[in-house]
Amino acid sequence: MTGFVEHLPILTIVIPLFSAFTILVAGWFNKKSCIFIFWLTLTAQFIMSFIILRRVLIHGPIHYWLGGWKPPWGIELVVDSLNAYILIILLFLSLACAIYSKSNIEHELPGKRVSFYTLFQLLIAGLCGVTLTGDIFNMFVFIEIFSISAYALIAARGKIALKASFTYLILGSIGTCFFILGIGCLYSVTGSLNIHDLSLLLPPFYGNKVVKAAFVFFIVGLSIKMALFPFHTWLPDAHAFAPAEISAMLSGIMIEISTYAFIRVSFSVFTLEFLKLLPVFDILCWVAVAAILMGSVMAITQVNLKRMLAYSSVANMGYIMLAVGISLSAVESPWGGLNPALMHIANHALMKGCLFLAAGAFIYKANLWHITEFRGLARKMPYTCAAFVLAAISMIGIPPSAGFVSKLYIILASIEIKNYFFVAVLLISSLLNLVYFWRVIETMYMKHEEGGHSSHGSHGMREEIPLGMLIPILLLSSLCIVMGIVWLGKIPIPILDQVNLMFGLGKVP
Amino acid sequence: MIDWFHPGLIYILGSALIPFFRGTLKKVYLLFIPALAFINLLLISKGVFLSEGKTWSLSFLGYDLVLGRIDPLSTVFAYVFVIASFCMMLFALHVKEDGQHIVAYLYVGSALGVVFSGDLLTLFFFWEIMAWSALFLIWYRKTKASFGAGLRYILVHFFGGACLLGGIFLHVQTTGSIAFETFQWGVGLNWTNLSSYLILLAFIINAAVPPLHAWLSDAYPEATVTGAVFLTAFTTKSAIYVLLRGFPGVELLIWLGAIMAVYGVVFAVLENDIRRLLAYHIISQVGYMVCGVGMGVVGTPAGEMAFNGAVAHAFSHILYKALLFMGAGAVLEVTGKSKLTELGGIYKYMPITFHLYMVGAYSISGFPLFNGFVSKTMVVQASAMWHLPIIWLMLEGASIGTFLHTGLKLPWGVWFAKGEPACKAKEPPWNMLVAMGITAFFCTLIGVYPKILYDMLPYPVHYEPYAPAHLVAMSQLLLFTFVAFWLLRKRLHGEPTITLDTDWFYRKAGERIIWFCEKPLMTFANFVDRFVLNAARALIWFSKNPAAAFEIKKKEMLLAGKRRLAKSVSTDVCEQALEEEKRKYPGELPGLTLGASIILILFSFLLYLALYLFAIP
Repeated sequence: MTGFVEHLPILTIVIPLFSAFTILVAGWFNKKSCIFIFWLTLTAQFIMSFIILRRVLIHGPIHYWLGGWKPPWGIELVVDSLNAYILIILLFLSLACAIYSKSNIEHELPGKRVSFYTLFQLLIAGLCGVTLTGDIFNMFVFIEIFSISAYALIAARGKIALKASFTYLILGSIGTCFFILGIGCLYSVTGSLNIHDLSLLLPPFYGNKVVKAAFVFFIVGLSIKMALFPFHTWLPDAHAFAPAEISAMLSGIMIEISTYAFIRVSFSVFTLEFLKLLPVFDILCWVAVAAILMGSVMAITQVNLKRMLAYSSVANMGYIMLAVGISLSAVESPWGGLNPALMHIANHALMKGCLFLAAGAFIYKANLWHITEFRGLARKMPYTCAAFVLAAISMIGIPPSAGFVSKLYIILASIEIKNYFFVAVLLISSLLNLVYFWRVIETMYMKHEEGGHSSHGSHGMREEIPLGMLIPILLLSSLCIVMGIVWLGKIPIPILDQVNLMFGLGKVP
Repeated sequence: MIDWFHPGLIYILGSALIPFFRGTLKKVYLLFIPALAFINLLLISKGVFLSEGKTWSLSFLGYDLVLGRIDPLSTVFAYVFVIASFCMMLFALHVKEDGQHIVAYLYVGSALGVVFSGDLLTLFFFWEIMAWSALFLIWYRKTKASFGAGLRYILVHFFGGACLLGGIFLHVQTTGSIAFETFQWGVGLNWTNLSSYLILLAFIINAAVPPLHAWLSDAYPEATVTGAVFLTAFTTKSAIYVLLRGFPGVELLIWLGAIMAVYGVVFAVLENDIRRLLAYHIISQVGYMVCGVGMGVVGTPAGEMAFNGAVAHAFSHILYKALLFMGAGAVLEVTGKSKLTELGGIYKYMPITFHLYMVGAYSISGFPLFNGFVSKTMVVQASAMWHLPIIWLMLEGASIGTFLHTGLKLPWGVWFAKGEPACKAKEPPWNMLVAMGITAFFCTLIGVYPKILYDMLPYPVHYEPYAPAHLVAMSQLLLFTFVAFWLLRKRLHGEPTITLDTDWFYRKAGERIIWFCEKPLMTFANFVDRFVLNAARALIWFSKNPAAAFEIKKKEMLLAGKRRLAKSVSTDVCEQALEEEKRKYPGELPGLTLGASIILILFSFLLYLALYLFAIP
């Protein structure tokens, strides 16, 4: 049995890769079969991710050598508690989006179903690859795989989406370019590409300017990929005009995977000593603070709901990076180290996933894009609106929601390092969150439809979306609250503690 | 298998089913609940469910909540609560509104919950239910006066509840335990003492200790006829129970109690409303108990006598005060009047009510052979054993006043004064009479066989109430009081006045506060509101398109400057252009072009690079 588990990491990447081509071929014969192949693959992956996590927690990291080649020469997959944790979030959100996409894609992109699912499957394969790989060049390859799928998926709707996709294509390519330049710098110094090998070879060269420049390449390149302010310019349009489930994936997990890549590069390739040598993370904190404020303020000014959510994602990337930034200095148990950052990655996936899917539901049913058009929507789509409110509550950070816990932990960590400015920023941003979400909720619940609309017979009638779309929305929204309680109960904390232990963060035992 | 079923839960859960019964069945059901609770209590004290000293607890948030603490003290209070609630419900049986019955049983159940609670969180939980359900007993009168009185009632209890909660938090913080045991008592300002002070404050608010008593005489007379009967028993007596648990032997309480005993009587002199007069006597009688709590130092004979006395007096008091309120309530129910000046001479119509009322009056005054005698004298005796002559005098004096008012003035004024009947009347409904009869029976039963009561008390009783000395002293007192009353009876009838009590302060203060809130505070709040709203609106307007907004503001300022300098035609043109621009606002957002983004990226990259390579060694 253990032998089988050892093979699971590669299977999680290879199965979706093959499935993508199977979908393409099967789609020629029967268009309806695509979605079922897609679901089946995702379910299998999701189950595998749990087995992997269990194995990692009990027996420690899995090292898988591709083709039996020893690491410095061959490619290696390494699964430790950090990527096992990220993998579960990734696959859970993908599964929710996949269930949602059946009705939505039939409605939105009826002619492009086959290519859509092929690309979606490739996107997931790429994301899984980035998460699981232990080789930095391999990571670049997978980043390209998921990015290129994403460019195409964003453009799927045509028209204005093409422009958004093009912008993302240019900026994203620059980002990946920077990433590979960074890899090149490291390779020129050490001659190795394996992450573990690099971490052993690099320390003598920490003073080397090429190594420092490599880190700058990584930080800028990945900042573009994760849309950290001021490199967020591609994000609002891309997120706003993509199909709903792709928006949810982009916002909920794709930019977080880039954050994961950043964490991996900072802590596994470079080590704690390097980060303590340079004030890298201090600068990062201030950039993150600017992102939080800027994203929140920009979100307030938007009238397009999906754009508003996109700017909110910019702010939330700020939260995650702020939490990463203070992870070096905060050590106290529940909020020390990377805990709040990893918590917020999970929570943001749930919240933003739910919000984007709900926004997609409004578009699906009534082609509503603008907040001002939402009058009296709560009466027509009570469940979707309720789910939206739950997720919004979580975004604002009202206890006991999930968003509350991660914000609370970031605040507690800021208090621990005695930086009260960050505390103030977090509190203000909560207030700003309240402002822009309340506006939507108010229009949905408090304002009634204007008289003109009542003439056509459907007034007051329920117009809920199909069950296949409603279930993932409700599932995600209820998890927004349930996860809050789970976090407060500190159930998943042991996983995060392992991550901290691995990187030497948190309290030294 | 359930080890034990909480009697309070029988009431609380039972009350939920009341609306499902109709007609006679409902009446049977209403009486069945206390009967069931009584059987439950009997089984408890026989040790069937839980042996004494054991607890029934529940884990919650990492604390052990003790819902059932069975010991002699809690059992005796539970017994009297259950017995009294049976009589009271019988008295209220004719009431048609289900709501009244439901809140009454919630009230009784929560009082039982307080009595059995072994930890502070449970105590607080039931404490609050008690306050709220009592509020509805007052509000069901549905008069304007009762509404106001209820509001004042709940405000005072809010304050009390807040004090209790604050005290509990401090207590848990300092001791780390939520167990409801005797609190530390000491003088001086530290956290432990502060928590005790806060909790004591909450307790004595519920015990209606002057000057915090005004809610009682304010609210009880405004409650419904039957609601008032319930109210007399539970709030103050559960307060006595918690005082006995938490603060036995606190010297401060001796004085507070003695002052209370006299205070209630003095205010009763001035009272014209019969139920308010009786309400003041609750304060006076509770004073005896508070005094008993104060003297109840555990471990000394005198202390145990006082402790027993407080418990016994609470037991007796619940019965006879319910009886008195039933009598007064019956008169109010039949005649619709409750002022002494409007009543009189109705003995002809209501003789049975009169006689049953008088049983209560004899009891409260402490006539031998009635239960007040066997319990009140214990507290008085304890004060003698402690050698506290002033306290002894105050307590004895208060008992003279009590007889004078509840035993002589009130019945005289209601049933006899004026010779001719002041109004039409008849005997109240049968259930009221039967309820009064049963209560009166219990009053005399305990008076004649005090052993029944004494055996239930927490400490062994070494006291013989029917010693000749006690009998003679009491009879002398009462006899001379009667003679004095007879001589002065013309002078003592009620005056149609409103008694000014400490509630004046908060009534007036309340008005002032409301005025302050409505006028200056509101103006200020409006100002702040408007200011913040305007600022927010301006900010939102500005943020819609900052570039264009800057442009518009700049032009506006330029225009203003120009106008200052010279009025010319050109400004009008500018003005029109500006108006046009404002109308179009926010217009097209100046998005960052792709090239600009790339330049930004390269610039930041260089910045980072420069920082890492050169600025930092």
